[in-house]
Amino acid sequence: MRADRNQSAPLPLKIAATCGLLFLHLPILLIFVYAFTTEEKTFQWPLPGFTLQWFGVTWNRPDVWAALSLSVRVAAISTLIALILGTLCSAAVSRSKFFGREAISLLVILPIALPGIITGIALRSAFSLADIPFSFWTIVLGHATFCVVVVYNNAVARFRRTSGSMIEASYDLGADGFQTFRHVVLPNIATALLAGGMLAFALSFDEVIVTTFTAGQQQTVPIWMLEELIRPRQRPVTNVVAMVVVLVTLLPILFAYYLTRDGDQIAGSGK
Amino acid sequence: MTLAATHPPSAPAILPSSGGMRGALADLFWRRPRFLLVLMLAPPLLWLGIVYIGSLIALLMQSFFSIDEFSGLIDRHVTLKTYGDLFQAANLDIIIRTVVMAALVTLASVAVAFPIAYYAARYARGRWKALFYLAVMLPLWSSYLVKVYAWKLILAKEGILTWLLARLHLGWLLDGWLALPYVGGSSLSVSATGTFIAFVYVWLPFMILPVQAALERVPNNLVEASSDLGASPGQTFRTVLFPLALPGIVAGSIFTFSLTLGDYIIPQIIGTSRLFIGMAVYAQQGTAGNIPLAAAFTVVPIVIMGFYLWGAKRMGAFDAL
Repeated sequence: MRADRNQSAPLPLKIAATCGLLFLHLPILLIFVYAFTTEEKTFQWPLPGFTLQWFGVTWNRPDVWAALSLSVRVAAISTLIALILGTLCSAAVSRSKFFGREAISLLVILPIALPGIITGIALRSAFSLADIPFSFWTIVLGHATFCVVVVYNNAVARFRRTSGSMIEASYDLGADGFQTFRHVVLPNIATALLAGGMLAFALSFDEVIVTTFTAGQQQTVPIWMLEELIRPRQRPVTNVVAMVVVLVTLLPILFAYYLTRDGDQIAGSGK
Repeated sequence: MTLAATHPPSAPAILPSSGGMRGALADLFWRRPRFLLVLMLAPPLLWLGIVYIGSLIALLMQSFFSIDEFSGLIDRHVTLKTYGDLFQAANLDIIIRTVVMAALVTLASVAVAFPIAYYAARYARGRWKALFYLAVMLPLWSSYLVKVYAWKLILAKEGILTWLLARLHLGWLLDGWLALPYVGGSSLSVSATGTFIAFVYVWLPFMILPVQAALERVPNNLVEASSDLGASPGQTFRTVLFPLALPGIVAGSIFTFSLTLGDYIIPQIIGTSRLFIGMAVYAQQGTAGNIPLAAAFTVVPIVIMGFYLWGAKRMGAFDAL
């Protein structure tokens, strides 16, 4: 244990840490404030007035709904694929030692370790070489690829803490491979998979860099926002959508944290 | 070694044993674990191998093609001409600007992240520790575009920062800064300073987490021994804590450096019209239709990160990840 646990931190450190945390959080809070502004053309501060009308306007925008629906469908399918591939891979890596095991970990992490633009343009050029037209599935292809790592990280961390003797005991008691998986392995890793799935969903829902290369003319929510940021048409609607996006990604993350909070390693270590 | 040899058929099973196809398959998996292993690894490896590595190779191949300047068509003959184009003054300028920005962003992230990580690792306890952890995780995972948008709001000429500085009677400071060459501009949201702030903000959590992990691993008796031997707190920090935290800092810098090198959204939304590597890639493959040059440009961050990772590995940064 640490001896400095009863010591309080020096004042400059406290101030620096507090300022750092404020720097991290105030900008996001500001998004919530701006969703209520009456100003349409500029980002004027202080806000000239408060209104709820933009929520109604946003609600009636078909383009926002179309983008939202596309994003949710892409995120759901990508998460499903990532769950299957990530679980298989993590189970294989953690249950046995074999030649090339390290290489597989690297391969899974690579799509997220290299800058997104490389993944994006690589996929784009591959599509154009293979004459694959842009569609729903080209977006999913990209998203599932970098979502695997999140599921993989969570599942590997859980497998590491699950003792192998339980599986052996299950076999000793006469269960076959499928029964062991259904009754022993799955209950053990279920919450880790759920957490990984939540994070994968949040990651996919929010992804913009790879998506700009694989979406063609289709608009996911981040693409819609990017368009609005580059060529603003209706700023108040963007404000409201930004607020909704924060809330939509916040809930899965909090839930994932809740599911794995006793773990030694939570979630992936990066996007 | 078969199942029958270790379990007599008469042994009572808790679960009814399954027969037929499923039973045969389960037996096969038991007898040949390698077969199961291959079966489990095949789908993820095929997916990543074909979709990801395949695409990367396709991309790298195209960087050896060249574009015909007159017809705009891609000439599929292997040549190094496209890589030569990277060394034109304009392109070299883009690469240097991006690398300098990445280095500055990394240094600033260390400065801002270190106190937070230090406090979280060595002073926060119990409930506070969980709170600190969430306070770093939430901004890390919340929407990237929304974070960039928030800075667009803050840095706008009519925005909150200008207002705040005017209230503090520091407007002259902002005006003076904006009048400087390179870092200035007509307002913060269209200046290199704005790009820099947005980068630091967006990548900051990637720096905090590994530094915190590294600091948590420093045994406290080392710090005590240092002060027992007469070191002042400052000396202890410089000669004991900081060297031990360095692998964590290097690990975090891998993220901040790599992410800044590849990003093209932030400089597009907040910043001047001067290009960064990511924007050059996007422009070359999109409007210009010059995929070979775009591919050659993406090789630049890959090579830089390759050297960076090699150096980081030598410093033991991977153990801190």
